[in-house]
Amino acid sequence: MSHRLKGRGEEGDRSGRRPSRKQAARAEGAAGRRGAQPGQKEQAGGSPRPGSPRRKQAECRRHLEPLGEQGRSSAERTSKGRRKRDGRASLKKQRAPPKTEKEVSRQEEMWKRPKKHRPPSLASSASGAECLSEEERARILEQVEDSKKLIATMRNKPWPMTKKLRELREAQEFVEKYEGVLGKGKGKRLYAYRMLVAKKWVKFKRDFDNFKTQCIPWEMKIKDIESHFGSSVASYFIFLRWMYGVNLVLFGLIFGLVIIPEVLMGVPYGSIPRKTVPRAEEEKAMDFSVLWDFEGYIKYSALFYGYYNNQRTIGWLRYRLPMAYFMVGVSVFGYSLMIVIRSMASNTQGRASDGESANFTFSFKMFTSWDYLIGNSETADNKYASITTSFKESIVDEQESNKEENIHLTRFLRVLANFLIICCLCGSGYLIYFVVKRSQEFSKMQNVSWYERNEVEIVMSLLGMFCPPLFETIAALENYHPRVGLKWQLGRIFALFLGNLYTFLLALMDDVHLKLSNEETIKNITHWTLFNYYNSSGWNESVPRPPLHPADVPRGSCWETAVGIEFMRLTVSDMLVTYITILLGDFLRACFVRFMNYCWCWDLEAGFPSYAEFDISGNVLGLIFNQGMIWMGSFYAPGLVGINVLRLLTSMYFQCWAVMSSNVPHERMFKASRSNNFYMGLLLLVLFLSLLPVAYTIMSLPPSFDCGPFSGKNRMYDVIHETIENDFPTFLGKIFAFLANPGLIIPAILLMFLAIYYLNSVSKSLSRANAQLRKKIQALRVVEKSHKSVKGRRSTAESEDTAKDASQNATQLQLTEEGTTPHPASQNQTPGKKAQDPGTSSSASGTTLPASRHLSGAQPPGVRPDSGPARSQTHPWRSASGKSALRPPH
Amino acid sequence: MGGSGSRLSKELLAEYQDLTFLTKQEILLAHRRFCELLPPEHRSVEESLQMRVSLEQILSLPELKANPFKERICRVFSTSPARDSLSFEDFLDLLSVFSDTATPDIKSHYAFRIFDFDDDGTLNREDLSHLVNCLTGQGEDTRLSASEMKQLIDNILEESDIDRDGTINLSEFQHVISRSPDFARKPDPLFSCSAPLRLSCDRSHSVCPSKHPVREPFHC
Repeated sequence: MSHRLKGRGEEGDRSGRRPSRKQAARAEGAAGRRGAQPGQKEQAGGSPRPGSPRRKQAECRRHLEPLGEQGRSSAERTSKGRRKRDGRASLKKQRAPPKTEKEVSRQEEMWKRPKKHRPPSLASSASGAECLSEEERARILEQVEDSKKLIATMRNKPWPMTKKLRELREAQEFVEKYEGVLGKGKGKRLYAYRMLVAKKWVKFKRDFDNFKTQCIPWEMKIKDIESHFGSSVASYFIFLRWMYGVNLVLFGLIFGLVIIPEVLMGVPYGSIPRKTVPRAEEEKAMDFSVLWDFEGYIKYSALFYGYYNNQRTIGWLRYRLPMAYFMVGVSVFGYSLMIVIRSMASNTQGRASDGESANFTFSFKMFTSWDYLIGNSETADNKYASITTSFKESIVDEQESNKEENIHLTRFLRVLANFLIICCLCGSGYLIYFVVKRSQEFSKMQNVSWYERNEVEIVMSLLGMFCPPLFETIAALENYHPRVGLKWQLGRIFALFLGNLYTFLLALMDDVHLKLSNEETIKNITHWTLFNYYNSSGWNESVPRPPLHPADVPRGSCWETAVGIEFMRLTVSDMLVTYITILLGDFLRACFVRFMNYCWCWDLEAGFPSYAEFDISGNVLGLIFNQGMIWMGSFYAPGLVGINVLRLLTSMYFQCWAVMSSNVPHERMFKASRSNNFYMGLLLLVLFLSLLPVAYTIMSLPPSFDCGPFSGKNRMYDVIHETIENDFPTFLGKIFAFLANPGLIIPAILLMFLAIYYLNSVSKSLSRANAQLRKKIQALRVVEKSHKSVKGRRSTAESEDTAKDASQNATQLQLTEEGTTPHPASQNQTPGKKAQDPGTSSSASGTTLPASRHLSGAQPPGVRPDSGPARSQTHPWRSASGKSALRPPH
Repeated sequence: MGGSGSRLSKELLAEYQDLTFLTKQEILLAHRRFCELLPPEHRSVEESLQMRVSLEQILSLPELKANPFKERICRVFSTSPARDSLSFEDFLDLLSVFSDTATPDIKSHYAFRIFDFDDDGTLNREDLSHLVNCLTGQGEDTRLSASEMKQLIDNILEESDIDRDGTINLSEFQHVISRSPDFARKPDPLFSCSAPLRLSCDRSHSVCPSKHPVREPFHC
C-alpha cells in the first residue's frame, strides 16, 4: 500500500539534497553557470559523486542528514529505479543548454507560487532558492516526464483503485502545473501547443480505441459461448469472425475494383455475344431450376469471368478493366498471404522456448489449467473431472513411465487405426474420381436427371459429412489425449478434404483441356457463320446489313466460366449440407432427446443418443476448405466472395444459435491453446495449395477466344505487357524488360537464398546463446539463493561489507528478474554482452555485474550515486528483507 | 432514488480508463451491473461510488458462480478492513485484471495473491493443496488421494521452488508462469482471454439441470 508514498519520501530526500547543490552553484558564481562547459557544470552542481570537491561534500553532508532519516523509512524502494533516474538526470543536465538571466527570473516567479501537493522536492527548493538554473528546469522536466510515465503505466500497478486515483490526480495536477514552465523563450508557446496536441491525441486515441472495440461484432455472443463451453469452442467462433473480416476485405477489393466498374461503365447486357444469353437457352434462362445451377441469366452476368469484355479501357474514366481484373486477382492472393502470415507471426511472438515447457508440466497444470471463462456449472464439473484426470495421469506417468504390455497394444492399435484411415482416404479419392469421370459422360448426354447433374457435389458433400465421424470412431482406438487427438483428427480430415479437392480439380482440368481442344473448331465455325452472314446473297447490296443479333452468334464453351460455376455450385452445396447437418444432426437430435425422453424406456439424455457435442475440428476444417475454394474460384467467378460473405454471416448466427440450443459441453474438457498456430498453419497450406492451380491456369492455359477480359491474348498475363508497352513511358518498359531478364532474376533468387541461409544461421546461433545464458542464469540463481540464505541467517551482525554484498545480491535478483522474462530485446542483447567477456563466469558477482549495468541504466556498478552515509542508511532493508524487497506491497 | 440511467461523470470515466484496461463501454456496463447489486434506494451515481456490496452478492453473479476461486478473488480485491465487501472501484480493479488487455505481469501478480490462500506472501504446501482441491472440485470421485496429493505437491515444488525453501514466492511464481507456452500471448489463458465477469448484459443465465443443452431447443 505504502509503496508510492515511501517512494516520495525518498524523493523528498533528493530534494533535501538539492538546495545544497544550488548553494554550491551560487558560490561558484554566475560566471561558472553562464559560460559553463557541461562537464564542469556537472562537477559543480551535479549528483554528489565520491569525487566531487570537498567543500561541497561538507555542505551535502549537512543537508543529507535530515534526509537520511527519511531514507531510512523508504524501505520499499528498489535501488535500481533511483539509480536509473539519477543517471538520466545527469544526462539531462549535461544536455541542458545555458539560459539567460531573464528567463531565470521569470521561471523563478512561477517557482515561488505556493504548491500544495506534489513534489515536496519542488516546494522545499522553492523556499530556499533565489534563482533557477537550467539544472532545476531539467529536474522539473524530468519529474514531469516521470509523472507522465507514471500516468501512462498506472494501470499496470497492483494497487487498489483509490490509491491509483489519488496518485493519478496528483500526477496530472503536477504535470499541468509545470509543463507550461518548461518551454523557454519563444519556444514556450510552441511547447504548450505541443502539449495540448499531445493531450488531444491521447484523448482521440482512447476514443478511437473505444470505437474500435465497439465495432468488433458478436463480442457478446462469443463471450456467452465461451462461458458455457470453455475457450475451445469459442476459438472456433473467433476464427470464424476473423475469416469474415478477411472475406469482407476481399469482397471490397473485388466488388469495388472489378464488378462495380464493369456494371457502371462497361458495355451493357445484350450488346455483345459474351454478354447475351444464347438463343437456344433463352426461353429457359429465367427458370429457377436453371438459375439455381448458375446457368441462364446468372451465367451471363458480372458474377462470372465470361461476362467481362476485352476492351482495354472502359467508360469516361478510361478505366483499364482487364488490367484491374488481373491485378485484383493477384492482390486477392497477396492480401490473403500477407494477413495469414502476419497473424501467424503475431501469434508466435514472445513464445518461450519449447524445451522449457517440459520442465514445468506440473506447475503449468496447477497454475494455468483452470479456464476462467467457464460460467456454467456443468461445464465446470467437466472441467474438474478433466483436471483431476490430467493430474492423475501425470502422476502415474511420473511414477511408472513405461507400461510394457500396454505400449505394444497401443502401438498396434494406432497402426491399425492409421491403416484403416488411409484405406478410407484412398476409397474416397477413388470414388470422387469415378464420379467426376461419370459426370463428364453425363454432360455429353441430353436429358440428365437432377441427381445425375449434381452427382459430384452430392458425393463430395456426403463424404465430407460421413467420413469425419468415421475417423473419430476409428480414432477412439488410439486413446490419445484429447488435444493430441484433435490434432490427429484435424490432420486426417484435412487429408480427406485435400484429396477430394485435388481429385475434383484434376477431373476438372481434364474437362478444361477437352474444351480447349475443341476451341479451334468452334472458332472456325464462328468466323464462318459471320462471314456467311455478311456475304450471303439475296440481300440488297446498297443497304448495309444489320449486324447479327448477339444471341445468334455461335460461341465457344468458355472454360473459365465453367470452372467458376463449378466452384460456385460447390460452395453453395457445401453451405447447404452444413446447415442441413446442423439441423438434422444437432437440432432434431436435441429435440428428439428432449421431448421423447418423457415416454421412452431408457434415459435418452444420459444414455445412447444423448445430445451432440460441438465438433470443433470438423467445423474448423470445413471453414478452411471453404476458404480454399473461395480463393481458387474467385479469379474465375468474382461474385464468389460475395456469396461467401453471406455464407459466413449466416453461419455465424446459425451456428451460435445451434451451439447454444442443442449442444452440450465436451465431456473431456480441454482448453484451447492459442500458442500453436495450427489453424493458421492449415489455412496457409490451403492458401498455397489453392494458389497452385490458379497460377497454373493463368500461366500456361490460353484464355478463351470469345469471353472474358483476356480474350484474344495468348496468355492471361499478357495484359501486363500490354499495359507496360502502351501506358508507361518507353524507358519504364525497358526497365521492366531488363528486370525480367533471367540473368538478373537468377542472381536475385540466389541472393535471397543466401540471405535466408544467413538469417537462419544467425537466429540459430542467437537461440543457442540464449539457451546457454538461460542455463547460466538458472545456475547463478541457485548459487546466489543459497548464498543469500546463508547471509540472511547472520543478518543481525551487519557491517559495511555485508551491505555491499547484499546490494549486489539485490542487483543480481533484478538481473534474474529482467533476464528471465521473455523479453526479446533484452534476451537478444545480453548474449552479445556476455560474449564479450568470457571470463565473467568465474565468480557469481563478477558475472552479474556487467549485465546488471547493461540492464539497469548506464551506471558503473561499483560507483553508487549516493554518498557514503546514505548508503549505509539504506542498506538494512536490502539485506534484511532480501527476498521480499522485490515483492510489491500487499 | 437516483435514476439508473444516470451516468458517471466524464472526468471520472476518463480517469478510470487511464487506470484500468477497460474501455468506456465496459466501465459503464460494469457500473450498471454494480448498481443492480445495490438496493434500489442507493442507486444514484454518488451513492453507488460509496456503497459496498457484500461478498455473498458478488458471489451470486452468474459469471463467478462456477469459479472455484470466487471467494479468493473477491477477498483479494476487497479493500474493506474485513475484506468482505467490494466497492465499485474494487469491482473495476477486478474486472481490469481479468480483462483481455491486462498485461501478464499484473495478471500473474494477482494470480499469486489469489492462490495464496493464507495471505502470507508465499505459496506453501497448505496453499498448494488447497489449490489442488479447488481445481479438482468438491465431488468425492474427483478428489485426489492423500498420497497423490503429496506426490503432486512434491513435483510442483521440485519444479518451481528454485531456492528450495519449501515455498513458492512471487518471483518464482512469475518465473514459472512466464514460461508457460500459453502465457505470453495476448489472450493468455491464465485468466484466459477475458473477464470471468464477461460484462454480458443478459442476466438470464439459467443454469440448466445437468446434461441439458444450455438453452431449451425452442428458446430462441
